[in-house]
Amino acid sequence: MNKMLKRLLFVICGLLLNAFAFAQGTPETENLMRSNGKIYVVVAVCLTILIGLFLYVFLIDKKLSKLEKDN
Amino acid sequence: MKKNWWKILSLLLLIYTVVAGFLTKVPDLPIIHQSIRNLYFHVCMWFAMMIMFIISFVYSIKYLRDSDYRNDIFAVNFAAVGAFLGILGYTTGAIWANYTWLTDQSQSLGSVLKEPKLIGAAIALLIYGAYFVLRGSFTDMDKKARVSAVYNIFAFAMLFPSIWIIPRMVGSLHPGAPGSDSGNPALNAQKDLDTSMRMIFYPAVIGWTLLSVWIATLKIRIQVLKDKTLLHE
Repeated sequence: MNKMLKRLLFVICGLLLNAFAFAQGTPETENLMRSNGKIYVVVAVCLTILIGLFLYVFLIDKKLSKLEKDN
Repeated sequence: MKKNWWKILSLLLLIYTVVAGFLTKVPDLPIIHQSIRNLYFHVCMWFAMMIMFIISFVYSIKYLRDSDYRNDIFAVNFAAVGAFLGILGYTTGAIWANYTWLTDQSQSLGSVLKEPKLIGAAIALLIYGAYFVLRGSFTDMDKKARVSAVYNIFAFAMLFPSIWIIPRMVGSLHPGAPGSDSGNPALNAQKDLDTSMRMIFYPAVIGWTLLSVWIATLKIRIQVLKDKTLLHE
């Protein structure tokens, strides 16, 4: 069940990414992400990597805790 | 969850590092310009590496005092994470140097990388590399733990001259050396590292260190699980 939930979450994230791509279709709009030499894009990318990394480490941590409890 | 507050603190500090590190104003110095923001990432790798090696050193001494196999597990895993951070620091430093130390296009990176600081760092990392080779070459567990604990203390003692002392006695492009006239700042230069950068740099060091400790504890817990029979539990 847990695996199913994870997959579903992944699909939803993918769909959301699509929405981002559509938002970039209008070239003239000046929003936050496009201001200041697009530095906010770099911030967003790095934050995604960082949070993904922490999520990964956190999941390993959880799995290990469970293993330790079983033993 | 109560014991895990420092993991959350690490995440928050690193989020702060990325957001503030990219968006705040930095002093505009010649040659390095915006790349000074690498201070929050490249330099932090070395700081975290030093702290990992210090922890590993302490556990090696503890092992020699009481021959508790658990201390050996701690020592080797902290050293492994430290060496990994060192490799990351070295790689990021090479990328940074490629765009700041090369002044004209015909210069090759190889000619610039013959640097006291870089050679010293490479020696230090290779000494730690030999630590893992040494460990791998033993079949007797007690002998492995004891000899490698002694070697680890030696490796830690070699770390200081090779990365802190020698590069600061001879001329180097790297900040912190006498006669570095490349426009690069050292950490203690008043005008270069202003207070706003310190406000990001120190939290960044703490954040990266906590993340490294977290990863090291994961590795330790895996090995403790694996060697459960050896630990007599």
